[in-house]
Amino acid sequence: MSAISTFLSDYSMILGWLVVFGIAFGGLQVAAAVLVYFERKIAAWSQQRIGPYRVGPVGLLQPVADIVKLVFKEELRPLAADKWLFYLAPVISATAAFAAFAVVPWGAPTTFFGLLPNPLPLQIADVNVAILVIFAITSMGVYGIVLAGWASNSKYSLLGGLRSSAQMLSYELSYGMALAAVLVLGNSLSLTEVVDAQQHWWRIAGIPILPGWFVFPQILGFFIFMAAGIAETNRAPFDFPEAEQELVAGYHTEYSSMSFALFFLAEYINMVTVSAVATNLYLGGWHFPGIPIWLGWLVWLVKVGALLFFYIWMRWTLPRYRYDQLMAFGWKVLLPLSAVNLLLTAAGVIAFS
Amino acid sequence: MVELIQFYGAAAVAIGACLLVIGQRNPMHSVLWLIAAFGALASLYIQLDSPFAAVTQIIVYAGAIMVLFLFVVMLLNAPREDVPTAYGPSAVTLTSGPRKVFALLSVILLVQLAWVLATVGRQMLDTSPAVVAPVQSVRAIGQRLFTDFAFAFEVTSVLILVAMVGAVILARKRA
Repeated sequence: MSAISTFLSDYSMILGWLVVFGIAFGGLQVAAAVLVYFERKIAAWSQQRIGPYRVGPVGLLQPVADIVKLVFKEELRPLAADKWLFYLAPVISATAAFAAFAVVPWGAPTTFFGLLPNPLPLQIADVNVAILVIFAITSMGVYGIVLAGWASNSKYSLLGGLRSSAQMLSYELSYGMALAAVLVLGNSLSLTEVVDAQQHWWRIAGIPILPGWFVFPQILGFFIFMAAGIAETNRAPFDFPEAEQELVAGYHTEYSSMSFALFFLAEYINMVTVSAVATNLYLGGWHFPGIPIWLGWLVWLVKVGALLFFYIWMRWTLPRYRYDQLMAFGWKVLLPLSAVNLLLTAAGVIAFS
Repeated sequence: MVELIQFYGAAAVAIGACLLVIGQRNPMHSVLWLIAAFGALASLYIQLDSPFAAVTQIIVYAGAIMVLFLFVVMLLNAPREDVPTAYGPSAVTLTSGPRKVFALLSVILLVQLAWVLATVGRQMLDTSPAVVAPVQSVRAIGQRLFTDFAFAFEVTSVLILVAMVGAVILARKRA
């Protein structure tokens, strides 16, 4: 027993990191399954029906049934499609989606109630430039869609892929500028430091009225970030490139079975990442007045869940933008708004400090 | 030990990817190998303790410029390269004029590279914090960019604006 305990104490930080890694990676996959279930349930409720209720209690095993179906489906590939690029595209999409979550912290540094000698940050990689890393990996996710559109060797796929990637590139500008405005407020590129900068209270004449989250001074920035995030993940109302009525299914027309499942996994994980980053940047991360810091991860989960509910709710409520309306909104509305937001934030920081 | 593995791994990926860029027949594959080479370069930047340079390389070069390259290659529908000779495709022979010029230039480049590596390549770089800190943290880079190099910054933005305006004018419909 003593050999095991010395081994555990020598390598405890690495084991702790492996536990954190397992929780994050497994949690993302569970989150994808949970999102599949809730998407169908919330869609049903907004359309005044019940949704899946036969498979398991209250339909809770429906994602399992979906995954089993996808695994056993036949894997098709058009003969004229470029074999390497055809199979590489969903891999790039899914890898970028998972990799972007690697720098997102989901709780305060913890010692797991004294088991570890030093506090372990609850993220896979604690980098100083976390915000930029997320931006960089999201830009790499565009390649999955471009290559899927091209490699499928079909008109619908090519058009869908081109439109989708042009949309993602356009909305990345406003996304980045909204990030820059939060950077000015939080004074750091590291997500942990930005969350810790929201621990105070906003006061009027010395009386604390609102928790110190950045959403209150940056309500415009939060709206821009969420709108750009929804456009980045190709969700409604910005999902023209993959709408069934318009382009058959856009860039994933020719994909079936597990490649299709990988694209959908990538879409849901991107949703989770955008919600997680928005929670950390704007909604105070794992801080909530009155809740102890070691329960911070639960607070974080509730906030991310609220944002994901908002995501799914928007999909089934709003009609989708036509492609030229979508691009006009991105370039002519969101980009000037985000520039104005950045200037106002910088002016406010200088004026009030 | 770990740093050696990291360095040689990233360098091998970079060199291999660059060789594959010029060795592919399909231009789309060449573009993708170039993106892989940029990823390896970013890894080398991180090993040099400059995470900002690495991330900027991915955002700007691999994430934006190469996407535009990819668009151009896709939409121009560049065909596969097959070298036609009398004895069959892809026989690389030094028989034509341009190939002789390219071979001569490559030899000159190799000689220069060997000379530089032999003289300067053996010196250790100065890694003291006084020299490294101004180029390492984002705050330091930003301060120098907006004070010492402000003129270059503004001129570069005007240059990019001119390029954008030129592209819009060229793509406009003739009324």
